[in-house]
Amino acid sequence: MEDRLRAFVTSSIIAIALFAGGQAQAGPTFDAVKARGELVCGVHTGLFGFAAPDEKGVWKGLDVDMCRAVAASVLGSADKVRYVPLSAQARLTALQSGEIDMLARNTTWTLTRDTANGLNFTNVNYYDGQGFMVRKSLGVKSAKELSGATVCVQTGTTTELNLADYFRANKLELKPVTIEKYEEVTAAYFAGRCDAITSDVSQLAAIRANDASAPADHVILPEIISKEPLAVVVRHGDDQWFDAVKWSIAAMVEAEEKGLTAANVDAAMTSADPTVKRLLGVTPGMGAALGLDEKWAYNIIKQVGNYGESFERNVGMGSKLQLPRGLNALWTQGGLMYTAPIR
Amino acid sequence: MSQPPVTETPDEIFAREEEPVDGLHKEEAPPRARGSVLGWMRANLFSSIPNTLVTIACAALLAVAVPPLIQWALVEAVWSAADPAQCRAAEGACWALIEQKHRFILFGLYPFDQHWRPLLAVALFVVAVAVSCHPGFWRPWLAVLWVCTLGICALLMWGGVLGLTFVETERWGGLPLTLILAAVGIVCAFPISIVLALGRRSEMPAVHALSVGFIELIRGVPLISVLFMASVMVPLFLPEGVTVNKLLRALIGIVLFTAAYLAEAVRGGLQSIPRGQFEAADALGLSYWQKTVLIILPQALKIAIPPIVNQFISMFKDTSLVIIIGLFDLLTTAKTALTDPPWRPFYVESYLFAGLIYWAFSFFMSRYSLFLERRLEAGAKRA
Repeated sequence: MEDRLRAFVTSSIIAIALFAGGQAQAGPTFDAVKARGELVCGVHTGLFGFAAPDEKGVWKGLDVDMCRAVAASVLGSADKVRYVPLSAQARLTALQSGEIDMLARNTTWTLTRDTANGLNFTNVNYYDGQGFMVRKSLGVKSAKELSGATVCVQTGTTTELNLADYFRANKLELKPVTIEKYEEVTAAYFAGRCDAITSDVSQLAAIRANDASAPADHVILPEIISKEPLAVVVRHGDDQWFDAVKWSIAAMVEAEEKGLTAANVDAAMTSADPTVKRLLGVTPGMGAALGLDEKWAYNIIKQVGNYGESFERNVGMGSKLQLPRGLNALWTQGGLMYTAPIR
Repeated sequence: MSQPPVTETPDEIFAREEEPVDGLHKEEAPPRARGSVLGWMRANLFSSIPNTLVTIACAALLAVAVPPLIQWALVEAVWSAADPAQCRAAEGACWALIEQKHRFILFGLYPFDQHWRPLLAVALFVVAVAVSCHPGFWRPWLAVLWVCTLGICALLMWGGVLGLTFVETERWGGLPLTLILAAVGIVCAFPISIVLALGRRSEMPAVHALSVGFIELIRGVPLISVLFMASVMVPLFLPEGVTVNKLLRALIGIVLFTAAYLAEAVRGGLQSIPRGQFEAADALGLSYWQKTVLIILPQALKIAIPPIVNQFISMFKDTSLVIIIGLFDLLTTAKTALTDPPWRPFYVESYLFAGLIYWAFSFFMSRYSLFLERRLEAGAKRA
């Protein structure tokens, strides 16, 4: 009995010590971020173009820019971010438990994630989808012609499940070559161990641009077999924070639509366009509505750039990934990037 | 061979053996040249027909494997290139990847302009280890040296004083992080494991049950799930907003896990101590702790050196599992360096580089444990 009592006392002491060592973070997320003066943002542990440290250990990428944009609008500086790299399994619980304020870790927006997990998805910052890449010499023009073909795929991913679903739905014969490691999947495809490789189209494009000895010898088939809207996520229970994150991302898209860039935003402060004046806070009101500084959108555009700039820099044709805009173009250019009016 | 009759005195036996008997003396072949390369080869590589066949097979294998490896790793390798295109053009290894990325692989997310700090900390740590390894320095001041070294290392890593900028543990990475996890893991787990091993052999039911329960519970699950619990489940149990430092979480997980395994190695040592040692100590009127500390543990730990070091080495490499909590240890930085698309095809080089570092530390530990065994054995050898 005495031992049990002692064990209880010991564990209580440990628990109290852990509490004391923990970070005090009372109240809703919005106030906590403001009070802390730092945004804690969950990102990928290393996915080039979306979130990866460069050789100097500085985080770069499209997802990272979302964190920077929110920090710029809420705190006034895009650099006031602490990045928390998260594995695929840990990402949602890290957000639920309050370890991070927002999650920008190419997370697919699905109904169950949006509801059962106590999370809210804000805006999509990248529309992805699963596709196939084959050697041009194979003469295949459509994924429907892949019956009996060997397909390289990474194990334990939704990619693998989507592949099986697609082949079953189209009554095709599937011969998957499942490999655990991403590099080895790529290597297996280029070594000729399989006829086709399947992954998200963004990844396929990156593989073709960088791993292929002759990129022109490979073709990405037109079929997109799954929808992967990658979105930024916040926790339930703080609607003001939800709004701030949602509209920070929206402001980047709106800025691109209005032709505002990091370079010309200062000049645009004198613009006569009422939409631009509202966005940049020349006509006040938007910042107050969000509970932010009137310069919130100006700070984003000045420090991070508009959505198009971020896209080109991180994943677009100007980057090492060389992805086309595709679905991620503005709605005015045939894409899906569209925001509700900022007014 | 029959025993000599009891009546014979030793003198008589020697007298008979020393006396050469003509006709019975056998001519022996001259001894094989000892020390010569040829003699060594004949004795070790070609002593019998199966042995000769194995030797030839191995030589053939080496002849097939080694030249292309040297060709790839050394002759045709690209040692320095700012542009990965040069590596693609070449046939050999792309060590230029290491040239470009070694600072990230070694120090991870640590602020780039502050890299001298983890470098100095690692250097200090290695020197302190080297000094501690020499038996000549096994003096009380060694403890003081360690306290100072660890203090300075912590100061360098954290900063925040003396004009050094503060660097939160989230940004620690690469080799220093791996060494911290391993060193703290070993230093904290070892005493806990001894207590657990003694507890498991204790006759007090509560202590015994607690020790057995802890050891069996932890040994029953893989390390990755302990870390997973620490990273995913623990935050859910804590009230919202309260977080425990990730590094601390990883350390606690690793320490508990290693302690459970080490405890069994130590228990193995304890059980090999003959009963007479315990009884003799009791007869001298020593208390339980005197008996344990003075008589039993010195002998038991010496016997348990091989399994203990085995566990240390295994734990050193298991630290690479902390990626699951999002810590950038050495293996993760090596992997992350490869996310840069143009360098992605050269993953073998990156993994080899990380592997060599792991190997160097593990090999040192295993050799040092052999030395330690011999050294401790020397004092206890029976004449």
